[in-house]
Amino acid sequence: MTATPAAVPLLEARGLSFCRQDEPVFAPMDFQLHAGELALVEGDNGSGKTTLLRMLAGLLHAGEGELYWRGAALQRDAVVGEILFLGHQLGLKADLTPRENLRIAAGLHGARKGASVASVLARIGLPGYEDEPVRRLSAGQKKRAALARLLLLPASLWLLDEPYANLDRIGIALVNDLLEDHTAAGGAAMVTSHGTVAFHGGEPRRIRMHD
Amino acid sequence: MNRPGLATACAAMLRRDLTLAWRRRSDIAMPVLYALIVATLFPFALGPEDTLLQRIAGGVVLVTVLLAMLLALDAMFASDIEDGSLEQLVLSPQPLALLLGMKILAHWLTTALPLIVITPLLAAMLHLPAAVIPVLLLALLLATPLLSLLGAVLVALTAGTRRSGMLLALMLLPLCVPAVIFAAGAVAAAQQGLPWLAPIAWLAAALVLAVVLAPLACAAALRIALDA
Repeated sequence: MTATPAAVPLLEARGLSFCRQDEPVFAPMDFQLHAGELALVEGDNGSGKTTLLRMLAGLLHAGEGELYWRGAALQRDAVVGEILFLGHQLGLKADLTPRENLRIAAGLHGARKGASVASVLARIGLPGYEDEPVRRLSAGQKKRAALARLLLLPASLWLLDEPYANLDRIGIALVNDLLEDHTAAGGAAMVTSHGTVAFHGGEPRRIRMHD
Repeated sequence: MNRPGLATACAAMLRRDLTLAWRRRSDIAMPVLYALIVATLFPFALGPEDTLLQRIAGGVVLVTVLLAMLLALDAMFASDIEDGSLEQLVLSPQPLALLLGMKILAHWLTTALPLIVITPLLAAMLHLPAAVIPVLLLALLLATPLLSLLGAVLVALTAGTRRSGMLLALMLLPLCVPAVIFAAGAVAAAQQGLPWLAPIAWLAAALVLAVVLAPLACAAALRIALDA
């Protein structure tokens, strides 16, 4: 639960844009994301969805515009650990098992209250594969192993780049469950997708990327 | 939010890299094998003349060990960039320079330490007097971490580019030279019965400087590499 009053958005962007070699990747954007809210970033291939998420995560420097975190200008040092980014590259070491990968993540980021590596693995559904090297898992299983990080690490904003890719129907339902629990607990999430996605928790906010 | 302490994070990082290295044991064996082969071939090429081998032994062992280290240098950050682990490290609530320092330490432990362990064997094969071997080991204990740290900065700087191996070798050469000169100087002085502490002290001073600055430079370079 966050103590922030609902009026102050968790994250706010004003006139945000990004330039690659002086070419704008996307037009200036304005949006607000409140605690407990889920935003779906939509756009075609190459419209800058991943760029937007990487920029919000702090991996890319913003070209123009301002970002505000809980009402104050965003300071990277202040939000570190509050934002969890899951990109196309899953950040799993192929030679380590899902359990070992999660243990390392917990060692670096800390663990959510009440969450442990074992409980998270049980929830995510990799029975029998917890102690197999990640390189032997299928693409969908790798994705699940990476999604386990969402359950384990403490963060108030999730930035998920194509979390549904490679997942089966049960996996997609799992992502939706995770998102619902997270937003119900006062967290916020931004999810990119170029397909149609059905959330069970009602209609999400949509942020449309346009050139 | 309970954020883990620095010690926990460093331990997690070190354990991760050591486990990874252990899973790929054959990669650790390669530089050792290379050094063994080079040191074995020298006496065959030059002839088994004691005085000649003794004169060059210190330099040959030093250069062999340092070159063997370069074999594994290239891979220091490559896999972390490829699989997205580096992004997660950058986003973790820990000082990136410290985590990279741990990575460099793990790299030194897995590549340089095995080489230092076989150094007495290499030196004996080249008839280096037994009394000089401790000085050689001391010189290597200071020169190899120095090379790991300097190498890490260059690997981080060239991280974004494809086929960075060639560029890396060219950039590393001028940085290697002082380390080789001081280390070889100490060994040569010890062999002639002269005081050898001064070059060792220079190496130690350079190492202290590199320990402080290199991880910071690595962190800055890798942040830039990701920001593209």
